[in-house]
Amino acid sequence: MVELSDYLIVGAILFCLSMAGVFMNRKSVIILLMCVELMLLSVNMNFIAFSHFLNDTAGQVFVFFILTVAAAEAAIGLAILVVLFRNRRSINVDDIGTLRG
Amino acid sequence: MSFEQLLFYAFSALLILAAGMVITVRNPVHAALSLVLAFVASAGLWMLLEAEFLAIALVLVYVGAVMVLFLFVVMMLDIDLAVLRQGFARYLPIGALVAVMVIGIMAFVIGGGWFGLEATGEPVRQAADYSNTKALGSVLYTTYVFPFEVAAVILLVAIVAAIVLNLRRRPDSKHQRVSQQVAVRRDERLRLVQMNPEERR
Repeated sequence: MVELSDYLIVGAILFCLSMAGVFMNRKSVIILLMCVELMLLSVNMNFIAFSHFLNDTAGQVFVFFILTVAAAEAAIGLAILVVLFRNRRSINVDDIGTLRG
Repeated sequence: MSFEQLLFYAFSALLILAAGMVITVRNPVHAALSLVLAFVASAGLWMLLEAEFLAIALVLVYVGAVMVLFLFVVMMLDIDLAVLRQGFARYLPIGALVAVMVIGIMAFVIGGGWFGLEATGEPVRQAADYSNTKALGSVLYTTYVFPFEVAAVILLVAIVAAIVLNLRRRPDSKHQRVSQQVAVRRDERLRLVQMNPEERR
C-alpha cells in the first residue's frame, strides 16, 4: 500500500532537485525556466496526493489552475527570452544587468 | 510488494532520474527532452492517484504544447554552450548541500508518521463507473466558476503579451496601407483622356 508520505517525499525530492538546478545552472535562463516548471510539477504532485487521500476534488481544481498559470508563465517567459536574445545575442544571466540603475 | 507499489516505485524512479538529467545535462535540447520524460512519469503517478483527467491534460498540454514551445525556442536560439556551463562545477557543491539539507528537513517532517496510513486512513477507491472528468467539471463550473473565468482572462493576457513582446515592425518590409487603400478616390487613380479616332483612308 502506497502511503501519502511516499508521494510527499517524491514531491519534496523533485522540488529539491529543481532548487539545486537553479543553483547550478545560474547562467542559462532557459534551464532556469525548466527548473521552475519542475518546481510547479512537484507542488501539483502534493496537491493531487492530498486530494486523493482526503477524498476531496478541490485539490485537483487547484492543480488545474496551477497548470493554466504555468502555461501562461512559460509562454511569456519564452517570449521575453526571445526578445532578450534578439537584443543581446546571448541568454547569459550575467549580461542582464541593464536595469541595475 | 503489490503491483501498485511496483508501479509507484518505477514511475518515481523514472521521475527523479529525469529531473536529475534536466539539471545536469550539457545540451538544453536534451534537458527539454528529459523534462518531457519527467512530465510523462508524473502523469503515470497521477493516474495511480486516480486523477485521470489531470494526468491526460498534463500530457496533452505540457508535453504537447509547452514543451514543444520550449524545444522550438531552444532550437531557434543560437546558444553558446561553453559560456552557459561556466560556474556549473563551482556552484555544484552548494547546490547539492542546500538540496540535501532541505530534503533532510522535509523528510523529517513528512516521513515522521504524521502523513502515514494511520493518520490519513485508507483512501477511498472509486467504483469502475466513476468519472473523474465529470466530478471535476461539476465542481469547476459551479463552485469555482469565477476562478475559471479569471484563468481564461489570464490565458488571454498571456497570448496578447507574447504577441506584443515579439511583434516588430521592419522599416524595409513592404506592406499595404489599408487606410490609404480604402480612402482612395476615383480621380487619384483614373484619368480620362480625350482621343480622336484614327481617320480611315
